[in-house]
Parts: sequence; structure tokens; C-alpha cells
Amino acid sequence: MTNWDVEKIRKDFPVLSQTVNGKPLVYLDNGASSQVPQSVIDRTSKYLAEEHSNIHRGVHYLSQHATTAYEAAREKVKRFINAPDVKECIFVRGTTEGVNLVAFSYGRKFIGEGDEILVSQMEHHSNIIPWQMIAEEKGATIRVIPMNERGELIIDEYENMLNERTKMVAVAHVSNSLGTVNPVKEMIATAHKFGVPVCVDAAQSVPHFPVDVQDLDCDFFVFSGHKMFGPTGSGVMYGKRKWLDAMPPYQTGGGMIRTVSFEKTTFAPIPDKFEAGTPAIAAGIGLGAAIDYINAIDFEAAAAYEHELLEYASERLGDIPEVKIIGTAAEKASVLSFTIEGIHPHDIGTILDQQGIAIRAGHHCAQPVMEFFDVPATARASFAFYNTREEVDKLADAVQKVIEVFA
Amino acid sequence: MSELSDLYQEVILEHNKNPRNFREIADADQYADGKNPLCGDALRVYVSLDGDTVTDVAFKGSGCAISKASASMMTQAVKGKTKAEAEDIFDEFHKMVTGELDIETDENDLGKLKIFAGVLEFPARVKCASLSWHTLNAALRGEDVVSTE
Repeated sequence: MTNWDVEKIRKDFPVLSQTVNGKPLVYLDNGASSQVPQSVIDRTSKYLAEEHSNIHRGVHYLSQHATTAYEAAREKVKRFINAPDVKECIFVRGTTEGVNLVAFSYGRKFIGEGDEILVSQMEHHSNIIPWQMIAEEKGATIRVIPMNERGELIIDEYENMLNERTKMVAVAHVSNSLGTVNPVKEMIATAHKFGVPVCVDAAQSVPHFPVDVQDLDCDFFVFSGHKMFGPTGSGVMYGKRKWLDAMPPYQTGGGMIRTVSFEKTTFAPIPDKFEAGTPAIAAGIGLGAAIDYINAIDFEAAAAYEHELLEYASERLGDIPEVKIIGTAAEKASVLSFTIEGIHPHDIGTILDQQGIAIRAGHHCAQPVMEFFDVPATARASFAFYNTREEVDKLADAVQKVIEVFA
Repeated sequence: MSELSDLYQEVILEHNKNPRNFREIADADQYADGKNPLCGDALRVYVSLDGDTVTDVAFKGSGCAISKASASMMTQAVKGKTKAEAEDIFDEFHKMVTGELDIETDENDLGKLKIFAGVLEFPARVKCASLSWHTLNAALRGEDVVSTE
């Protein structure tokens, strides 16, 4: 195994040391929400205990202090994704709000009747429905980039779908239901040949490997804090300035204006233009602390370790004849979706929970994926760098027990 | 797996494997569709009536062991009952799985259905046990779709 001291890392995450149903917790639902290190808890508590005030408006000490802390978090985000300009990093509530922002703001300005929006077959509902809504509003069409039976996008077909009517490509960096790592850099380069911008749903990639928005050359890049060891309510929508400057506000209200009269309002420049109202300040500062945490560990080594863990888990479960792994792409990250012949994933989930093992069972907000693989749902184990080989063994043993119970 | 005995009892596993009345009723007087969007469970409950009496009841669909066994045992419990009696059982069943009725101390006519009392310890699974009952209730009332959400 990679040189990675997992036992030391586990001590950073207080939640991991508890027992569930009398068994040590085995937390394999990181794709839904990751756990939070003590440093993030401490930073958020310190803010609430000592620094809390509203930002961007008070002339008093606390307000200035809170503003500085919040903007420092934004600067951390910029460096984390290597954005050219900190102003291009818009704080949002999470990936869902980020995609809605892009779809409605970009869409209202740049999408018209007869235009086309490409989304992939493996998207999370939150990267489908906002586009459907704006398409319906504008008389545009959603077209679906197909995938093969391994759960890989068919890039040749994607390239043939791009044309002068295409106004957006919305694609996941990593599929939440299959774990597929999509070749977004190549897809972006192809889209740009047609002058088409690309919105990357990075919710499942940022917790698992380093990212660089300039290297990808993506137009929009959206992710959640709570899947990358930060608090819920934090998230980021990065967008290229050329788009953000041209896009209308998504929500309006306090903090995002230059001047207001009853006749006309002019808007503040980015990022404020897209941040109406008081934001989730503690969550934003907590996200900054989560980035500090990721920077402090060897993230490349973490990614390599996690990859070995996923391969080991795929092997262990793959060795069980009754188990079918859903999503067998050559490039995968973190996610292991599976079904067991004749046993519903919810029964798998409940029985595993009794063994202290937390997995997700359901359609993973990706019903088109379930339909493609002709299953009502899957069981999904999703890993983080604090999971261990022993936990994978426990998962495999518990799956075996599920099969025995239902034999 | 002793800790699971409350939920996955032998009877439930057996009904899951060999569900009773797991069929269509082609000339059913009424039927309704039940869906649990959370887990993808979907079933259709068919009812044949003679006046107010449920002369036949059956179901088709897919779901977890709890929902399938619950549907199976429901069909056995309400066959031959009047609509009002079926609704009374539904009412007691619903109260049992939501904790409003204690099978040890409260008088009830749940009989074999008491086996589902264990679901109370599994809040995420209460809807699995009650989906077929909500669907039956809808069918009896002449509604065609019910969702647990």
C-alpha cells in the first residue's frame, strides 16, 4: 500500500471513533457527505464563539473581523482550484445551488429557442433538472450524451452531438452513482472548438484528487463543502469572469447592489453580484478550514491510497458470485455501486447498518442511471482517505451475511 | 445476526421469497399504484369487491423484503373482510408501525401482522412496511396513485 498513515488520519475525525449498534462505525457513505476533521469543527466553533457578526457592512470590529475571515476562505478556495481570480469564486449553499445559479443566470442570457443543452446520461438529478427547467422556459432542447455498459461516456457520440445550436455542456467530473471519472479536460477542449461553454459538476471529484480549473479550462466548476470534509451549507461556483460579468444576478436582495432606486437598480461587480443576502458565514469559514486540512495532508498520497482501497473493495466484492458491480469504468474514483441478485438494496443497507456499516442504498438521485442498468436501486459504498482495508473486509463479510440471511 | 431478528424474522423472509397473492387480477374492480420514490419500490394492489366485501386482493411490483412481505401478509389479512374492516386493520397497522399502538398493551386485531412491530426500530423502513397498506387504502377509496413522499 501507498505510504499513508491511515490510523493517524483517523484520529483527526472524531465521528469515526464511535460505535453504532454495538459495532465500531464503518463509514462508507462519503459520497453522500464526508466526515469533518477536528480542525474544521474548531475553526467553525471559534468563529461562532468569538468572531460572529454580519459581513461586508459593519464598520465595527467584529464585522470587519468576520469579513476578513470569510474573504480569507474565498482566497483559499481560489488557490485550492487554481482559479485565476478570487472574484471568480462565488460562495453558494452547495453544488445544487451552484448548478441552479449557472443554469438560470447563464441560461436566461445565453440560451434561446431551438438551442441545445448537452447533459450526460450519468448526471445527478441536480445537473439535469435545472437544465430541463431553463430549457422548458426558453424552448431549448436537452440532449443526452450516452454511456456504454461499463458506465463510460461515449466520446465519439458526444463529439457528433456538438453543433452551432449547442449552448452548454453540463457534465459530472466524477459520477456519484458509478464512480466514473469522465475525461472532462478533453470534453471541454472539444466543446470549445464549437465555442460551447462547459459546466463541470465537481461534487464528487474535489474530495478525491487535486483539481485545476485553469488546466481543465472549464467555464463553470461547481462543488459542495460537505463532501470535502467541510460543513453543510458551504459550496462554490467558479465561473470564468467573461461569463460572470455578462450574466444577470440569480438572486437579488441585500449585499449585491451598487445603487437602488424604485426606478432602477445597478448591481455590484462579482462576486457580490451573485451573493445576495447574508451568506452561510460559519460554513464558508469552515470550508476554508477544510481546504487547510487537505493542504496539510499529502493529498496526492491520499488519492493514491484511496484508489488502492477502491480496487481492493472491487476485488473483495467482485469475488462474491452473487454480487454484481454496477459501473466498471477504467477510470473510477471512490464509488463502488453494487447489487445482489434477489435482494433489494434497502435490505442490504439495513443489515449492513446493524453491523455498524453505513452505506447508501437507493437511486442516488440518478434515476436515468438506474434505468440504464435496469435496476430499481443500488447499494453504494463510497470511500475516503480515512477508510481502511479492515473496513473493506468488514463490508465484504457483511455482504456475505446478507446473502446468508436471504438464502 | 440476532440483532436483526426483530425485523428480518423467518416469516418475513419466507413471505419475501414466496409472496402470497402475487398476481394481477385482470378484472379487478379497483386498483391503485403505490410508489416510494426514496427507494424505488413500486407496486400495484388489485381489489375485487362483492358489495362491500373484499372477495379478492392481490399485488404486483418490485420492492424490498419488508414491502413485499408486508404486501403479501396484507392480502391474507384483508381477504374476505368488508371495506370498513380492512380500513380498521389498516388503521391499527399504521398506528403500530408509527408507535401509536403498543401491541403488548393495546387491544388490537392485528394477529400475524404484529410481526411488523419490529419495524418501529427502523425509522427508515416504516414506509416500506406501510406502502402496500396505503396503496390498498387508495384502491378501496377509488384513488389511483399513492406516494409515500
